[in-house]
Amino acid sequence: MSVLDHGRPPADDLALVAVARRAGRIRTLVIAAVLLAALAALAIVALMLGDRVVAPGDVLTTLLGGGSGGDRFVILGLRVPRLLLGLMVGAAFGLAGAVFQSLLGNPLASPDIIGISQGASAAAVAAILLAGWSGLAVSFAAFGGAVLVAGLITVLAARHGVAGSRFVLVGIALAFLAQAVIGYMLTRSDVRDAQSALVWLVGSLGTVTSEELTSTAVGLVVLVVALAAVSPRLRMLQLGDEAAAGLGVRVTPARLVITLIAVGLAAVATAAAGPVVFVAFVSAPIARRLLGGTGPALVVSALVGALVVTGSDLIAQHAVSNLQVPVGIVTGIVGAPVLLLLLARSNRSRGTA
Amino acid sequence: MLTFTRLATRILGFIALLVVVLLAVGASLLLGSRSIDVAAVLDAVFSRGTKGVEQMVVLDLRVPRTVIGLVAGAALGLAGALMQGLTRNPLADPGLLGVNAGASLAVVTAIAFFGVTAPSGYIWFAFGGAALAATLVYAVASGRTGPSPLSLTLAGAATTAVLTSFITLILLRDLDTLAQYRFWSVGSLVGRDVSTVATLAPFLVVGAATALLLGRSLNSLALGDDVARGLGQRVGLTRIVAGVAIIFLCGSATSLAGPLVFVGLVVPHIVRRFVGADYRWILLWSMPLGAALLVIADTIGRLISPPSEVEAGIVVALIGAPVLIALVRGNKAVTR
Repeated sequence: MSVLDHGRPPADDLALVAVARRAGRIRTLVIAAVLLAALAALAIVALMLGDRVVAPGDVLTTLLGGGSGGDRFVILGLRVPRLLLGLMVGAAFGLAGAVFQSLLGNPLASPDIIGISQGASAAAVAAILLAGWSGLAVSFAAFGGAVLVAGLITVLAARHGVAGSRFVLVGIALAFLAQAVIGYMLTRSDVRDAQSALVWLVGSLGTVTSEELTSTAVGLVVLVVALAAVSPRLRMLQLGDEAAAGLGVRVTPARLVITLIAVGLAAVATAAAGPVVFVAFVSAPIARRLLGGTGPALVVSALVGALVVTGSDLIAQHAVSNLQVPVGIVTGIVGAPVLLLLLARSNRSRGTA
Repeated sequence: MLTFTRLATRILGFIALLVVVLLAVGASLLLGSRSIDVAAVLDAVFSRGTKGVEQMVVLDLRVPRTVIGLVAGAALGLAGALMQGLTRNPLADPGLLGVNAGASLAVVTAIAFFGVTAPSGYIWFAFGGAALAATLVYAVASGRTGPSPLSLTLAGAATTAVLTSFITLILLRDLDTLAQYRFWSVGSLVGRDVSTVATLAPFLVVGAATALLLGRSLNSLALGDDVARGLGQRVGLTRIVAGVAIIFLCGSATSLAGPLVFVGLVVPHIVRRFVGADYRWILLWSMPLGAALLVIADTIGRLISPPSEVEAGIVVALIGAPVLIALVRGNKAVTR
């Protein structure tokens, strides 16, 4: 309305905005398509490689229901579950990081920094070292730890509403507490047990069960649908609380709901694979630099996360022969340099990032 | 009148902090699994006569760890304040520049591949690793006009992640290294060589002096790069100088006590609560507070479950986290 009050004819301005919007949307679509293609290629390679190498054609026929008995066992029984878990975990971490970073307006505010991962880790390490648990029980402990920390952060940070920076600082304080507890347990336990706890602490896709796969998938679908429903409000909250309130968003409940969804995403992923280092932190910044914008970039972040985890797991399994490295080691070694390169490049082209 | 009162409060507060440091030092010398009375402590420190068991405990065990705690704590507090001013990010920790991860990777390498076993042998590895990592972060984050806060933050965290991955890779393949490294990595003041303080003194002094002189520059940086430039600041230069000071301070502290994470984060937050946003005072106060925090944490660690000890790095987090949470809850300014 107010645009019409100005002296100049507004049509040109509006047209310009529309053109720019369309260009942005096209760029997002193109990048998403490229990432999807890369994911598909990676997936086929992941299904091909292993002790028994399967030709790409045979991979496709096996997936479509044909193939020999051996191929069916290796691909459908072993490699597909691991691939699916990697895709889901990566996408969940990518989404969780993107939501936290844009909701809290701080690039450091990813679940691996504000205590969610550390809470999960402390619970899991306690389960491994003190209770001697393994497998699915550890996953449940981790989920419980993540939710507990998230609840603590929310309760402790809730005063005059859940404000972003207070949430993050309380989270970081709890992260350090959990870290101290982990350090204490690691120094007090047998060094062999400490090493197996360490494997969990970096994150690994090595042991996938079908129950784990189902529970992760169900959790992920529910959370993604919920996120899709609230994502317009996330976009408005990014403009600042006052602006969002002006646009009709009820700021405090909206923040709380979005936070809970992001916590859920991080908790589900961490329970399934451990706190795969750095995926949540790195995905959104990479996505944002690919897109050249500052929005939450949810879809692209999820794709980047899936790509980082899948690619890293491929390297983790096959780069060093006779040694299966946990995927979390490789995500750091692979994902971080990508971000560093993007940073260096954007600095050269623009002077400042 | 108002400014005068504020100035007086700040000076008196600083003096009070120094008293707290003195009390902490006293407690650190007196308390432990064996309680030693004041006379014996004074005797141990000041007399040149023959030494009994108690005097030996004080001189050989408690004085070194107290000195190292003071120095490392002061350096970390100062570096943390500098780091938060530099990146304009209240979440920044001196470890963010990759300093801790660089030092840790170098120490792991020293243990695993060079067979270094004594903590005193770690110093130059730790210092060199810290300096290399921080230089890499600066190089990546710097454009034509010097690094921006956002790119420094991201580059620091990314570098930390790469280095941490390599550390874990080595630890997973090498049980003996894990056995040694896990004790260094929690951050502790036990069994460190006090002569390293003298070795690192040049870096510590230069780093601290530089940091304290940067207060005014950080104040104008806080207003944004453009405003700072308008005020006649050379923003890029300030960032480089501050970076070097951080490397000197953190590199030294990490060499002395291992990668202590929490001190540098929490100390500036506590200080800000009392002195406001003026970095000249934040930097000045952060030194004694950091020193006191670390020495007190170390002393408490000795008392929790005698005769065994809990490492200072763990106790710092146990005390510091609730303090930080209480501060954040009480402070409306943090929330904008």
